[in-house]
Amino acid sequence: MKKTVIKFYSNFEKEEQWLNRMAAQGWHCTDYALGRYVFEKGEPGEYIYRLQLLDYPAAHAESAAYLAFLEETGVEVIATWFRWVFLRKKAADGPFEIFSDRESRISHYKKVIAMLLPITIFNLIMGMRALLDGPRLYSVNLFAGVIAIFPLISYYQRTLLLHKEGRIRE
Amino acid sequence: MALEEQGALTEAVFYILLALHQPLHGYGIMQGVQELTNNRVVLGPGTLYGALNTLVEKDWIKPLAESGDSRRKQYVITEQGELVFQQELARLEELVHHGKLVLRSADHEKDSD
Repeated sequence: MKKTVIKFYSNFEKEEQWLNRMAAQGWHCTDYALGRYVFEKGEPGEYIYRLQLLDYPAAHAESAAYLAFLEETGVEVIATWFRWVFLRKKAADGPFEIFSDRESRISHYKKVIAMLLPITIFNLIMGMRALLDGPRLYSVNLFAGVIAIFPLISYYQRTLLLHKEGRIRE
Repeated sequence: MALEEQGALTEAVFYILLALHQPLHGYGIMQGVQELTNNRVVLGPGTLYGALNTLVEKDWIKPLAESGDSRRKQYVITEQGELVFQQELARLEELVHHGKLVLRSADHEKDSD
């Protein structure tokens, strides 16, 4: 049994949590493109899902080498979306985290912030123009810009917390 | 060079260097470390991949020439890596030694009270 869900997430961690909640109910995501998630019915809790932003688009040789490495370790790549990859692993294999230390977690958050921040600033500037001199089209930018502020703050707070902990523990 | 670097190694790097005293591919390192530490240290594939690339750049480990039917890249520790590992082991032994020494003398004081 299959089903398709259209949904848009601005925070990848919320998205990841949702995919794992769906998996807990037996709905396992098997594909993603432009806000469209495909789910297949299976055993509840069979998979653990993770999302990762890569350095390069998924088709790039560097990314391909990394994805091949992931597959060696039993990780399945279910979808790629520009630099984002959707990963899952059988829960029976034990806990599945892509990053197991503070430094690599921080650098992943930084990567996401570095990708999102310029787009958000651009959108906010274009959005201001919609407010000031009125081309309606730019209100889409304003909307996108405002929405992206929340995950940006969340990622930034997480890096601060990790840094703080890092002062006393590896 | 290695001798001048005095900082502690991360736990991930310590266990990767330890595991690579025999040639292993990425998944072998993950499994070996997990087994050795009784599931306490589970290396994330993203963390492991980044660490392997950095360690190769530093010449602490090296990839072995891909052999036969195995497509998976195997790594092994280098002389340089061995030197760093021995230094770290000595540093850790010192920590343990100091810890026990101070605790023991604190115990003695308690006994003589």
